[in-house]
Amino acid sequence: MARQVLHPPKERLRVVGQRVTRHDAVDKVQARTLYAADWEMPAMLHGAVLRSPYPSARIRRIDPSPARALPGVAAVLLASDVPNNTLWTDVPGQTSEVGALRARIHVLADGVVRYQGEPVALVAAETRELAQQAAELIVVEYEPCAGVFDPVAALQAGAPKVHDEGNLLASWKIRCGDSEAALARAAVVVEGTYRCQFIDHAYLEPESGVAWIDSDGVLVIRVSTQVIEHFRAVAEVLGLAHNKVRVIGPYVGGGFGGKEDVTVEVFLGLLAWRTRRPVKMTWTRQESLLARPKRHPFVLRYRTGATREGELVAQAVDLLADSGAYAYLSALVLMYAAVTAAGPYRVPHVSVQARVAYTNNPPTSAMRGFGAMQMVLGYESQMDQLARRLGIDPVELRVRNALVKGDRLPIGQELDTHVAVAEAARRAWDALGPRPSPSTPEHRVGRGLACNMQPYGRIVWLHDWASAWVGFEMDGSLVVRTGTPDVGGGQASSLCQIAAEVLGLDVGRVSIHIADSALTPLAGTTTATRQLYMSGNAVLQASTVLRRQILEVAARMLETPAAALEMREGAAVAPHGQRVALAAVMKECARSGVSRSALAVYHAPAGDPIDLEHGGGRVFPDYAFGAHAVDVEVDTETGHVRVLRHIACHDVGRAINPQSVEGQIQGGAVMGLGYGLMEEVVLDHGVNLSTLFATYLIPSSLDVPDVEPLIVESGEGKGPFGARGIGEPPIAPPAAAVANAIEDAVGVRITELPITPERVARALGLFRDP
Amino acid sequence: MNERAVAFILNGQSREVHVPAHHTLLDVLRDDLGALEVKEGCGEGVCGTCTVLLDDEPVSACLLLIPRVAGRRITTVRGLGEGETLHPLQEAFAINGAAQCGFCIPGMLLTAYAFLRDHPTPSREEIRRAIAGNLCRCTGYVKIIDAIARVADGRAGRG
Repeated sequence: MARQVLHPPKERLRVVGQRVTRHDAVDKVQARTLYAADWEMPAMLHGAVLRSPYPSARIRRIDPSPARALPGVAAVLLASDVPNNTLWTDVPGQTSEVGALRARIHVLADGVVRYQGEPVALVAAETRELAQQAAELIVVEYEPCAGVFDPVAALQAGAPKVHDEGNLLASWKIRCGDSEAALARAAVVVEGTYRCQFIDHAYLEPESGVAWIDSDGVLVIRVSTQVIEHFRAVAEVLGLAHNKVRVIGPYVGGGFGGKEDVTVEVFLGLLAWRTRRPVKMTWTRQESLLARPKRHPFVLRYRTGATREGELVAQAVDLLADSGAYAYLSALVLMYAAVTAAGPYRVPHVSVQARVAYTNNPPTSAMRGFGAMQMVLGYESQMDQLARRLGIDPVELRVRNALVKGDRLPIGQELDTHVAVAEAARRAWDALGPRPSPSTPEHRVGRGLACNMQPYGRIVWLHDWASAWVGFEMDGSLVVRTGTPDVGGGQASSLCQIAAEVLGLDVGRVSIHIADSALTPLAGTTTATRQLYMSGNAVLQASTVLRRQILEVAARMLETPAAALEMREGAAVAPHGQRVALAAVMKECARSGVSRSALAVYHAPAGDPIDLEHGGGRVFPDYAFGAHAVDVEVDTETGHVRVLRHIACHDVGRAINPQSVEGQIQGGAVMGLGYGLMEEVVLDHGVNLSTLFATYLIPSSLDVPDVEPLIVESGEGKGPFGARGIGEPPIAPPAAAVANAIEDAVGVRITELPITPERVARALGLFRDP
Repeated sequence: MNERAVAFILNGQSREVHVPAHHTLLDVLRDDLGALEVKEGCGEGVCGTCTVLLDDEPVSACLLLIPRVAGRRITTVRGLGEGETLHPLQEAFAINGAAQCGFCIPGMLLTAYAFLRDHPTPSREEIRRAIAGNLCRCTGYVKIIDAIARVADGRAGRG
């Protein structure tokens, strides 16, 4: 796939910007990487979870004795056996006391179950089969209760209460100007209601881990996770000091936000602590699909006003999301949605009302795109409808209204880095080239565009930080230590490149140790598109400090001012070409008492909470912008939609490893196509009908085209070397781009995801409803 | 519990296990033989993650009860390449960035290997069809197809 660099970096970099083969690639193609489920300990037990079959019920009686009596069962735990049965969904290690942002979940159901699949009891036994068998022997008498399964119904008077405090979990408002007055004055107003669905992360590696108590009495949990800092949450549940729990995060077989919340680690901690033996737990696919938090469904109501010339004047947005039975990260997801709801456009009058309600559906929480991605269907469908109404080219309409650097968002935050909306829209659209012809007379071809904005990095009120340690060995090879989990995006490998760049090494001379809460400096979560930005800056900072330390010593050895020295090819090199190998410098450092390592903490720009009623400041450190353009072919006899071409253009600031960037863009876009065209967790009154991979469909190679990435390098991101994160942004535009292309092809607007053949056929009038 | 002795060849070596007859090949490979290079994705024969070769043909190890394997040859990703030397497909996957999280890759490689053996000069569409039973959630498939095409080209003398 051709890569197009639109703004080549000015300075010459040796390692950053290269298509480096990731250091973990060879292990992965030989399958030597030990994922969580591949880990074993001597005399290990196996854990299992008993889950509620009802979406809403009271637990009248639990009798664990038949399970406890089964030979080979080491422990059966109920809520009453858990020292502190509340799990706080804090943002780990940050200042996070921001009202509704802090939420709690029960570790095990206590008296009431609120969703199908909620954990009720835990078992540890000698084998997996025994553990499962024992779980099934636990006698639970449920009294089913009325439930509520739709957020609209949940907010109506008299709706069954999911929690005592009521069903409205959080509500945010954004006001900028007077949207009602502006809509009343606008030459044209388009209105639309859009609905998006529950979807699952569907990573290929199910949740898994092994816990044991080490010889120092520390509870160690090796778990597939995006957040090693959950060691604190486990410690609090167990009533242990934080320093008595250690989480080791191996390479993760896909996360996409689904391994951001606590999964097996708290259960493993409880079972290992109780039995004093190592315990392993791996969820089946069915269990994962049943019980893990999903992506939030939203109802999006948009009213957009513009002048005859196509200048946006107002956008009024009403958002309602389904939190499912527990809060998890719903309040935060809703904030991302609210802040980005008006889209990457200059709109003088904006109002956003965003609410999220509890229901007896499975919980919803983090997933790639985190609220901001659901909004794209709303604002980009509106833009196309407006373009159609005004007779303006859809690209032209976007370009006219696109945000630029220096503009303010409706919350009042000024955009102080490059904003690539117009550029990305034009380039993605132009790259499609001539329109393809339909393959048969029954097919129609259409073209669609969707732009997006996605915050990267945490909300600034959380005072985000990441740390990294960089040190030379005596032979001049380098070690990097950082708490960063690598979920497959190449996070660790990119950090090696950054250190290699600063310290003048071949990337093969850098070893990296990641994601061990006891042994690697903490770096926060691999979520929110923040690791290249946060850990990348920490590694850059540590490497820069180390470089200064080392060059001082080398300067004395070479009798040259340090400022004149370069580091390259594993040596310090003077202007006249004289050089000293790093191994010799290390020896001299040791002799003269100069440290050969550096630890750095990168603190992201921080701020105070803003008033979400009146706006007034910065919520996110920065945003990433992009646009996707697609050609689709619609079968007018069946409603089937095939994506023929897909161009995905994003400003990544700087591509640290272009190969990884392309992979993130292609993978994200395909996940976005799955969201747009086929994926849905189907629930019937809270009962999950999609607990098999045979019923929860994700795109196969036959369902998607070759996504063609276009990389813009503005160099203005807030990450190292001007990089921006790219983990989340590419998932967002495909659904809206496809919906827009379908209207272009066959003149019908699909407003509900996924865009199945049935929905298209219905819109085309192919079904006759009775 | 109805245990049986089942002997088969794993990556060229004779192995014999004594396990309950309802255990799958996947259980036996992972739990009894330590062949942890075979991964479990869905356990229901849909995702292709646990693909191994049974007498050189790709199958889902999670769907195969162990007695069915008696006397037959099983190849896992460790059976590709020679010792530490990578098979050209493994090399192409690594260089091409086709392995991101890496979890689907062992199964994907075995499917690709069997496919290229029978179709040495496939079109891109044929490759796309060949790997349709192996789901990948990270890459969007492009780099995987590129890697397979690269090896195919090499064999056809065009690379």
